[in-house]
Amino acid sequence: MNIRALAGLAVLAVILAAVIFNLTGNKGDGVRIGMVTTLTGGAAAIGNDMRDAFELALDHMGRSMGGQPVTVTYEDDAQNPDMGLQKTERLMQRDKVQFVTGYIWSNVLLASYRAATEAGAFVISANAGPSELAGAQCTPNFFSTSWQNDQTPMAMGEVMNRRNVSNVYVLAPNYAAGRNMVSGFKRTFKGSIAAEEYTQWPDQIDFAAELAKIRAANPSAVWFFFPGNYGTQFFKQYAQAGLLGQIPLYSSFSIDDLNLPQIGDLVAGAQLTQHWGAALDNPANRKFVDDFRKKYGRTPSFYAAQAYDSAMLIKSAVEGTRGDLTNHDTVRAALEKANFESVRGTFRFGRNHFPVQDFYLFEVVRGANNAYALKLNERIYTAHTDPYAANCAMAH
Amino acid sequence: MILFVEQLLNGLQFGVLLFLLSAGLTLIFGVMGMVNLAHGSLYMLGAYFAVMFTELTGSFVLGAGAALIATTAVGVILEVIAIRGLYDRPHLEQVLATFGLILFFNEGARLVWGPAGLSLAPPEFLSGQVTLLPGIVYPAYRLAVLVAGIASAAALYLLVARTRAGMLLRAAAANRRMAEALGVNSRLLFLGVFALGAALSGLAGILAAPLLTVRVGMGEEVLLLAFVVVVIGGIGSVRGALVAALIVGLIDTLGRAYLPGLLRTVFTGQIADAVGPALASMLIYVSMVVILVVRPRGLFPTQSRADG
Amino acid sequence: MNRAAALLAAALLAAMIAAAPAAIVLDQPYLLFLFQQIAILAIAAVGLNLVLGYAGLPAFGHAAFVGIGAYTVGIAAAESGGTGLLASGWVQVPLAAVLAATIGALIGSVSLRTRGVAFLMITLAFGQMLYYGAVSLERYGGDDGMNLVAPTQFGTFALSRGLGAYVAALIVLLVALYVSFRLSRSPFGAVLRGAAANERRMLAVGVSVFRYRVTAFALSGALCGIAGVLAANHSGFVSPASMGWTRSVELAVMVLLGGAGTTFGPLFGAAAFVLLEEALSGVSEHWRIVFGPLLLLIVIAAPGGIAGLLGRGRNG
Repeated sequence: MNIRALAGLAVLAVILAAVIFNLTGNKGDGVRIGMVTTLTGGAAAIGNDMRDAFELALDHMGRSMGGQPVTVTYEDDAQNPDMGLQKTERLMQRDKVQFVTGYIWSNVLLASYRAATEAGAFVISANAGPSELAGAQCTPNFFSTSWQNDQTPMAMGEVMNRRNVSNVYVLAPNYAAGRNMVSGFKRTFKGSIAAEEYTQWPDQIDFAAELAKIRAANPSAVWFFFPGNYGTQFFKQYAQAGLLGQIPLYSSFSIDDLNLPQIGDLVAGAQLTQHWGAALDNPANRKFVDDFRKKYGRTPSFYAAQAYDSAMLIKSAVEGTRGDLTNHDTVRAALEKANFESVRGTFRFGRNHFPVQDFYLFEVVRGANNAYALKLNERIYTAHTDPYAANCAMAH
Repeated sequence: MILFVEQLLNGLQFGVLLFLLSAGLTLIFGVMGMVNLAHGSLYMLGAYFAVMFTELTGSFVLGAGAALIATTAVGVILEVIAIRGLYDRPHLEQVLATFGLILFFNEGARLVWGPAGLSLAPPEFLSGQVTLLPGIVYPAYRLAVLVAGIASAAALYLLVARTRAGMLLRAAAANRRMAEALGVNSRLLFLGVFALGAALSGLAGILAAPLLTVRVGMGEEVLLLAFVVVVIGGIGSVRGALVAALIVGLIDTLGRAYLPGLLRTVFTGQIADAVGPALASMLIYVSMVVILVVRPRGLFPTQSRADG
Repeated sequence: MNRAAALLAAALLAAMIAAAPAAIVLDQPYLLFLFQQIAILAIAAVGLNLVLGYAGLPAFGHAAFVGIGAYTVGIAAAESGGTGLLASGWVQVPLAAVLAATIGALIGSVSLRTRGVAFLMITLAFGQMLYYGAVSLERYGGDDGMNLVAPTQFGTFALSRGLGAYVAALIVLLVALYVSFRLSRSPFGAVLRGAAANERRMLAVGVSVFRYRVTAFALSGALCGIAGVLAANHSGFVSPASMGWTRSVELAVMVLLGGAGTTFGPLFGAAAFVLLEEALSGVSEHWRIVFGPLLLLIVIAAPGGIAGLLGRGRNG
């Protein structure tokens, strides 16, 4: 052994010490919450928005729930199911959290939720809404403060029916959420479909081949789903191909308050359906949106709204059980009541623990200070239940 | 027929972008025997710099120029600090070290430019469409990318084939020891080659920025394709990289355009929908394996040491 | 055998054995989870080391072999519903090993037509093909992957979570290390190493290097397949995401970090990788900005990895 080896061993010892220190975790008294979301990589903006909203919710409740202090541990899943599972395990076994929330991606949620529910924690998805968990695999200790994948495009199909749109070109990436979205759209849309096209996921960056096909097919409208940054890319390439303004474009989950500042010029006038928008007028939402803008200097996205609601839902359960989180049945009953003021107005759970909620039509408009915003046009669905709830065997 | 011509153009345009990425990679392979995974990071930096400098200067052209200089500068610094020490190492160790660089650049970009994806509009005069032939309307910006790529390929060819620096480069690529014995300053030459590679990769990023969302991780999306191009073309061969890039661009685009339809004529719609996109994704890798089985040293084999 | 490396390996293995009672006494089940992950990754790394280290071939698609093992368990469980012959570990483990070994041999025999970087890329391409193949398995979750319907059963013993599964992973790891050690001392290992150093000489002696290398590929695939069986049971989940090329690179990073071509290197590498990630990610979400340059530094300052640090120049 030489000096270098000793130095190497010293580094090793430091690492081990750090790991052991790490193992102590956040085992404080009171309410322990974990959030698993994407904080690194191309989709970090979404996770960032969710974390900021959760922090704002904690500020609003004085960082305590029902008189108990709250500790929150944020974990990064790197948009990878394995990593999501590992971080969920860490939250369960090291931090012993009672609630775990977050989960942007269906595949990360599907990989992780069992580790949490089996360890006796409640999972509250603040975004992902895979059909499995809404239907046959619905499970008592899982709740969602977002939506089921099919619902938002279902509302869009409804809008297009009302306008007698027909001969629509359908485009989505080839992964589970993409297929859920298309199936949701086709559930309500009554017109004819010109073509149904799936693109590679997640590594397709160029849509030139698909755009050329769209131009050749000359449909009367295009409906597509490309989440986040992918939506931005599609809009840009659609505009550059000269199709913008020629073939009307309808989309789901492709315009949000995160990418609107980037693509506002391209999507002015575009219409979309959503369960929430900053423009929704109710006291809880005004407080959330105003304070979010004040604290972070930007408009919150629907991801942020869902994370905010998940914090409020947990608070309502802690208060509903008078702080006793040991009895899972009473905690579950308190969660099911959803006794909190949601930023989307009325909020209740269906029997599969997904929200039964309203869906609205929004339009991209240029606001007062030249910034683009989503204007609320009309309500499309009132108290809408997702189509998989019927397959869920749980009694409410 | 018109659609087919348009898809051919799309494939060529994608191929040209791939060529810019892989030309530098193949030179760095061929001359220094260096496997550089961080090549994609320079592409990402080029795109980020383009957004930043375009906002600063208010002009796409000025912004692109500044971004090119900045990316090249990063390349030079990178070579001096880190890459230089890796030339004589086994490929595996180079992979490990440059994988570390990817992690560094991705995290660094997020810290500097924030987590949200950035967007860059094409310059005003290229934002429209051009009618090439009756019925073929093509985005002006994509056409400009095609032209810029072909021009860079031509300039690169002249540089390698017609200049003194190019002669040294070819000599070093063919036999580095011999070139050194004959008095070539390999240290300077290697720095130059790496800087050239960084500039080409940065240029690809700059040109791609108006088409894409500029974001962390965009380099890894194209890195594999660039490596495929290099290996198919023959390591160290710029001509090979050009041919292979066009082949890969065409296979990728035409595969996406026509494979699902072809499958639907053979299988039922549901099976075709499930298998089609996956098969289209695999197509490039399948083609590479077939080409390498027939020609293990690529289409245009060179005597480079990276091969051995 | 290098004494310092053997000592460190013994200490590490002792720590892993001690972790089981320690986790229970200290009420730290996460310790067990973490160490089980190290054990499973180390098994895969030992497998990769046969090709990467002993044979000196830059193979970069090994995550796919781990995936083959995991999907074997996942599909067998889904089709059998957790009962019957297919749910039994006595069927699943050999099936996974044979499948991964066969595909490994096939991939090896095609890839070995090429050299150097082309070899690196062609193995990576095969890995990507298997990855996209898994993505297209619509019936088994496609891109989302699937939850394991039932754990692998050996009679009444289920390979699910907890102490039993941890002990099983440790035993497999010990067996893998022993096999790897014996191989390195056997004529088989000598041929692989000799061919890595000078292929022409081996051919001149009349040894069919090709056959030895394909065998190494098959063995390495089998070990990775078994690691996949354990991994699927450990996480209760199977998905294409664990088969992608970045995961293959990570496996290779573990082997190199520990010391390629040494018996215990893969174990050191897997432990260092997992623990470093754990320690750094606990400090800050920006941990990669430190971890990345650290990898670079290790390559420059310690080319032989951890095993190399412990004893330079000797046969580790």
